[in-house]
Amino acid sequence: MSALPPYASPLQKTWHYSFRVICGLIFFFLIFPIMVIVPLSFNAQDFFTFTPAMLALDPAGYSLKHYNDFFTNPDWQQALRNSVMIAPAATILATFLGTLAAIGLSQSHVPYKSAIMAILISPMIVPLIISAAGMYFFYSRIGLQGTYWGVVLAHAALGTPFVIITVTATLVGFDKSLVRAAASMGADPVTTFFKVQMPLIIPGVVSGALFAFITSFDEVVVGLFLGSASQQTLPWQMFTGLREQISPTILAVASLMVAISIALLTVLELLRRRSERLRGLTPG
Amino acid sequence: MSDTTSDQVLTTQDGKPLKAALARALRREKLRSFLLIAPLLIFVLITFVAPIIDMLFRSVENEIVSETLPRTVVVLEEWDEASGQAPGEDVYNALLYDLIIAVENKRHTQLGTRLNYEQTGLSSMFRRTGRRVDDFGEVYADQLIDLNAAWKEPVTWATMLATPEWISAQETWAANPSGPEPAFVVSEAARNALPTTADLYGAFARFIQTEDSDSPMEEDPWVPVYKALYQDLIANPDAASAFSGETATLVGQAAAAAPNFETVSIKELFIDADDDWGSAENWAVIKTFAPKFTSGYFLSAADAQLTPTGVELKPEDERIYLYLFYRTLLLSIMITVSCLLLGYPIAFLLAALPLRYSNLLLILVLLPFWTSLLVRTSAWKVLLQQQGVINDFLVWIGIIADANRLVMINNQTGTIIAMTHILLPFMILPLYSVMKTISPSYVRAAKSLGANDWTAFWRVYFPQSIPGIGAGAILVFILSIGYYITPELVGGTSGIFISNRIAFHISSSLNWGLAAALGTLLLVAVLLLFMVYDRIVGIDNVKLG
Repeated sequence: MSALPPYASPLQKTWHYSFRVICGLIFFFLIFPIMVIVPLSFNAQDFFTFTPAMLALDPAGYSLKHYNDFFTNPDWQQALRNSVMIAPAATILATFLGTLAAIGLSQSHVPYKSAIMAILISPMIVPLIISAAGMYFFYSRIGLQGTYWGVVLAHAALGTPFVIITVTATLVGFDKSLVRAAASMGADPVTTFFKVQMPLIIPGVVSGALFAFITSFDEVVVGLFLGSASQQTLPWQMFTGLREQISPTILAVASLMVAISIALLTVLELLRRRSERLRGLTPG
Repeated sequence: MSDTTSDQVLTTQDGKPLKAALARALRREKLRSFLLIAPLLIFVLITFVAPIIDMLFRSVENEIVSETLPRTVVVLEEWDEASGQAPGEDVYNALLYDLIIAVENKRHTQLGTRLNYEQTGLSSMFRRTGRRVDDFGEVYADQLIDLNAAWKEPVTWATMLATPEWISAQETWAANPSGPEPAFVVSEAARNALPTTADLYGAFARFIQTEDSDSPMEEDPWVPVYKALYQDLIANPDAASAFSGETATLVGQAAAAAPNFETVSIKELFIDADDDWGSAENWAVIKTFAPKFTSGYFLSAADAQLTPTGVELKPEDERIYLYLFYRTLLLSIMITVSCLLLGYPIAFLLAALPLRYSNLLLILVLLPFWTSLLVRTSAWKVLLQQQGVINDFLVWIGIIADANRLVMINNQTGTIIAMTHILLPFMILPLYSVMKTISPSYVRAAKSLGANDWTAFWRVYFPQSIPGIGAGAILVFILSIGYYITPELVGGTSGIFISNRIAFHISSSLNWGLAAALGTLLLVAVLLLFMVYDRIVGIDNVKLG
């Protein structure tokens, strides 16, 4: 695939290039929708398409007014505050509990391991609408519905499977003799954990935390049912905005969120490279 | 240790048997791993598993009928719905007592709403009757009070029906009120002599004390309590013998006069309040849904209904869920197939390119994966609208006329396009991880043996990539049948899924039982698919990014 041999027939050549074109089109399909909203968010009009002024690259066709609206509108600011309050709390809870459990699960003798794993992974499998329905019924019974902690607990539960999966993946490549070596040199288990085990699994923990963060930050279905108006988060505000009074401010918010995902992706990529380097694998 | 003979037990350095020491170490290790897992396990069980189980329970739970109409349900057992006649006076008497309690506690409208799911019209029947039931049987109250003005006094009723202990405790409390009044206790003697009155008055006293924070010593009993007393006196003319003093005289006087009282049919009062009470069909519905558990919600979820004669499909024009399940399934399959068609070439390309290039291109796959779902959905909303980017572009290059812009949103097309885009990374990533492991030498070997490009791909490469197809397809399918946000925003009415209906029943129609039943069916489907996924891929092998 990588290179066309010199003896390739015309048919093979045609196929080779048309295959690349097809792939290019699919990549375009993947990226274009995300990229198109960024220029549109600078639209000076309240339209969702390119105005003639924008196409002519006329500076008058562009403006920051939708960004301005986002940063001054109290509804959006409240939503931003709520998102910033809820996601980190859920992330910390999910990462702490998930990391402990992943370490526990990686030990060699865990009774009922597959059953426990199935339960712990289930929040990722069950469709969100079902989780949301169940949590709504149950949390209203115990008085957590419509509270900050209700939403945080629910988001943390949804985020833990990702932490378990990423931390377990790093632990699979973990050389147990390092722990024994540390112990034989007189380190107690706590020191061993922080000095030997922790530095090696930290990339898994961080990427798990990022997953948990994005799960909570991007979550809307459970929030919609469990939260009250005072727990309205950014995606929730976008959801109602898209459903009812569609306003171009959504595009500005969306562009900012694309920037956040690019930042997260970069962090993850750096982590992956670091972990590959530490394990002596060839860097990508 | 090779010189130890067979009858010697291996020991550790400090003299303990080795076997025991090893077992102890193993036990300790198990305990440690369990202690590490326990916090999360408990957390997930409480915050996630318990709610799901609660939902499963709610899909069959039906306590509201037997809890709100406990007396009616018991008497109704005797009634034969096949007769086609409305039940007799005794059922309506029981209904009166149940309903007055329900109305005072404001629970009759909930019951009406619940029964309305099964038979329209029952909600208004309960609501309308609820407004009038508090003076049903007034004629008995008037006659008793005419007979002896003492019946007008709350104290008469309380002293007649309470235990002597409660009366003295109440006196002590009244002299120096601190905290709530002692809870009313119905005396055993009164319960034996005047069972219906004691029962209803007990409910009245409890209500007055807990809901109104008043004393039964000061509040007039509900009008139907008089009807209950009349009924008891007719059934037991000798009731006075159970009492003593003034009360005995009073009850004796009433018992002697009762047979000559002017009477009224409670059944007629009910039918007068709402004609529907006379319909045997409505009573059959109440009787059918009297049990504490019901399959009714599941039957509704499958467009069937429980009729007194058995299970049958709903009329043609009321069937929606089977079609909705079918559409969810069909759209999910279409989305899975389009993801596969678009994802396979990309995964193939990524696996064939050198790592340097493929890692760069992988970012183009991972960026959508990491971008907020709402962002991607709003992007598609912007692109697909009639005044949106794609239509503008097509009009501009002249493919379509301005007048007939394509309708690509708020229908199935919108759902399929947007969800294919959203789920495509979930197809590419597992495919890629499988294709990476396929050694290129097999294809080379096939070609050197004379296979052309297509044969080498189809007979050698493709079969090896099937595990990846299985993993990706099941993952995409599982994710898509439970999708809610995207269909809700771009699906209009023809592109929505079963999830949207569940959400509708939770937040708009408030038919939680039906929402739970639909959710349970969806959950079962997803879990079955997941078991297949687990067989093919294994939960431990789920890879992210």
